[in-house]
Amino acid sequence: MSLWVDKHRPRSLDQLHYHHALSARLKALAASGDFPHMLFYGPSGAGKKTRIAGTLLELFGKGVEKLKIDQRVFLTPTKRKLDVNIVQSNFHIEITPSEVGNYDRVVIQEILKEIAQTQQVDLSAKQKFKLVVIHEADSLTRDAQAALRRTMEKYMTNMRLILCANSTSKLIAPIRSRCLLMRVAAPSEEEMRAVLDYVGKREGFAIPDDTARLIAQDANGNVRKALLVLEALKMQNTDLSSSALSIAKPDWETYCHKVADMIIQEQSPARVMEVRAKLYELLSHCIPPSVVIKTIAEKVVDQVDDALKADIMHWAAIYEARMRVGNKKIFHLEAWVVKVMSLYKHFFLGFDMDAGFDDF
Amino acid sequence: MSFFQPQATKAAQKQSAIDPQHQPWVEKYRPKTIDDVSAQEHTVAVLRKTLTSSNLPHMLFYGPPGTGKTSTILALARQLFGPDNFRSRVLELNASDERGISIVREKIKNFARQTPRAQAVASDGKTYPCPPYKIIILDEADSMTQDAQAALRRIMELYARITRFCLVCNYVTRIIEPLASRCSKFRFKPLDPSATSARLAQIAAAENVPLSPGTAAALVATSHGDLRRAITYLQSAARLATSVAPPAPITPRDVQEIAGVVPDDVVVGFAGALGIEPLGTGGGDGMDVDVDAGGKATGFDGVRKKAKAIIREGYSASQIIAQLHDYVVAHPTLTARQKARCAMVFAEADKALCDGADEELWILEVGLRAHKAIASDS
Repeated sequence: MSLWVDKHRPRSLDQLHYHHALSARLKALAASGDFPHMLFYGPSGAGKKTRIAGTLLELFGKGVEKLKIDQRVFLTPTKRKLDVNIVQSNFHIEITPSEVGNYDRVVIQEILKEIAQTQQVDLSAKQKFKLVVIHEADSLTRDAQAALRRTMEKYMTNMRLILCANSTSKLIAPIRSRCLLMRVAAPSEEEMRAVLDYVGKREGFAIPDDTARLIAQDANGNVRKALLVLEALKMQNTDLSSSALSIAKPDWETYCHKVADMIIQEQSPARVMEVRAKLYELLSHCIPPSVVIKTIAEKVVDQVDDALKADIMHWAAIYEARMRVGNKKIFHLEAWVVKVMSLYKHFFLGFDMDAGFDDF
Repeated sequence: MSFFQPQATKAAQKQSAIDPQHQPWVEKYRPKTIDDVSAQEHTVAVLRKTLTSSNLPHMLFYGPPGTGKTSTILALARQLFGPDNFRSRVLELNASDERGISIVREKIKNFARQTPRAQAVASDGKTYPCPPYKIIILDEADSMTQDAQAALRRIMELYARITRFCLVCNYVTRIIEPLASRCSKFRFKPLDPSATSARLAQIAAAENVPLSPGTAAALVATSHGDLRRAITYLQSAARLATSVAPPAPITPRDVQEIAGVVPDDVVVGFAGALGIEPLGTGGGDGMDVDVDAGGKATGFDGVRKKAKAIIREGYSASQIIAQLHDYVVAHPTLTARQKARCAMVFAEADKALCDGADEELWILEVGLRAHKAIASDS
């Protein structure tokens, strides 16, 4: 028995619930036989992968659903071995090169060349080319992206690429200019409720209006999250009446909120140490530090005076950027916490906040 | 001449083994001779001399993407050697090939060392100058490591008699000085709008794509002098337009969507939340219009709401910032000081995004700081 998210995932472009114009466009492209490289981008849970799968089905027919998982070994120039998982069918191949971190260039070069040099052997195939789907394309290193540039042009006859990314900001311009960009926006609240209603109907129950609204608001455009929440709620109480209902936040989120409360309550070195222990706890549970800083900042901002809000977000942005460049995440998290505490205290003691952040 | 014609058509057939219908137009319409290269008159004039004099210096081509650097050198090599000698005389390496120091020491050195083979008889009946040297094209040379570049230095001098190098790069500053000084430099400038639209019109005519002046203008505006990008967009737009049942004409809106450009109303809406009044509210009395009176929430919550909406719609942060920048800089009622402060915010945000910072935080940050800058002395 699978999760509802997977069970009711639309299999073809026709079954999709929203962005019909986009679906029609994809369908037309797949039918035209002249298929470009594509770049799907949009927030997570908006349905990028579902659309890619739908497009593949449209292009190659049922054959793409017969997947096999392969583990391949690559050798870096320094003779280190890399294991990469590859999902493939007869017609396409899916890779997540960012799994191997800095060595993603090797994977890209090897796999793409290998695929590009062999033609489609299956004579019954609908298309002459093979497709390579690259997930998390925005976390490819610069080197790997540079390696893609010329390959995309050179091997156009045998191969097409579909890139899937959260944002185009981290992709270099030459790649963007070689792809047809497909923006997959998050669904609006009504569209989300339509999806929820559909799943409810398929499972044989009706969702009260209030509950549906609550779930849609909580998910903030992320359909995957909404469906997971819906399933969890259904498990907890079967009638889904909204009076007794509350959406359980994930543990890390409540934990982050606790940290935010601690920062507001007291500003002292001792409190910094306590916060630090909590931050370590969060990091050791593999919560990405940028998510941590964002969640805490949002929560802190809700509780402070208007005059402080802009500054707190400003420093959150600054320290988050430094965190990416730097090496040790906890330093920057702590620095931000201390900064916020000092801002807060200064504000209440009525000191003039002149140091450094007012004079850009 | 009639004697040669059958052979010529055979050669042409062999080339079209790749289905031309599925070929990207960028490749299909790559200039065949250097005279076809758009809008780089100076470089072309210099190179045309080499065709007659059969003397060629080492060369360094630099300039922004899509200005015809690779096309020029490939066309030149083809004109010098002809299709038959091309393979044995030209080595093309780019960033998708392994190009560490070991490759420089082995592959490049080996190729550079070979004495050029005797000229094969051209099968298509034309005569080519076929000068007695080989050409090594190092495409995207700015992504070569410093060490690999250093290893090239001596090789370039040692085999200068029989081998010419052509380095192609975007950023000339990434090429180490000793290499740069061994080459004669050619700067490729971004294409001006008229050259771009002329070329686009030519391709559109060849592909039977109706191209309205508005669409051409949109293509030129979104491509910023990058001809490859303009052609790719044109092809994508043509694909979309012809794939629906009655082929629809290409609209400027299609081009913008393909280019990933954020619609103007989103940018104006975001700018409105920052306290920048829309351009349309009347020139002279625009100052009197109170933005808050329009019912829009400004201040922290307003900006935050807008930023969240932008992220939800999936627009890219760098694109938003670039367009917001254009909007602010061209805005008639903002003071120079306000504009300067905003520009500083945009610059910092761009750097942060380049480093891979979180998009939502930085859109919010740009919004808040620009809001502050605009509120500070208006």
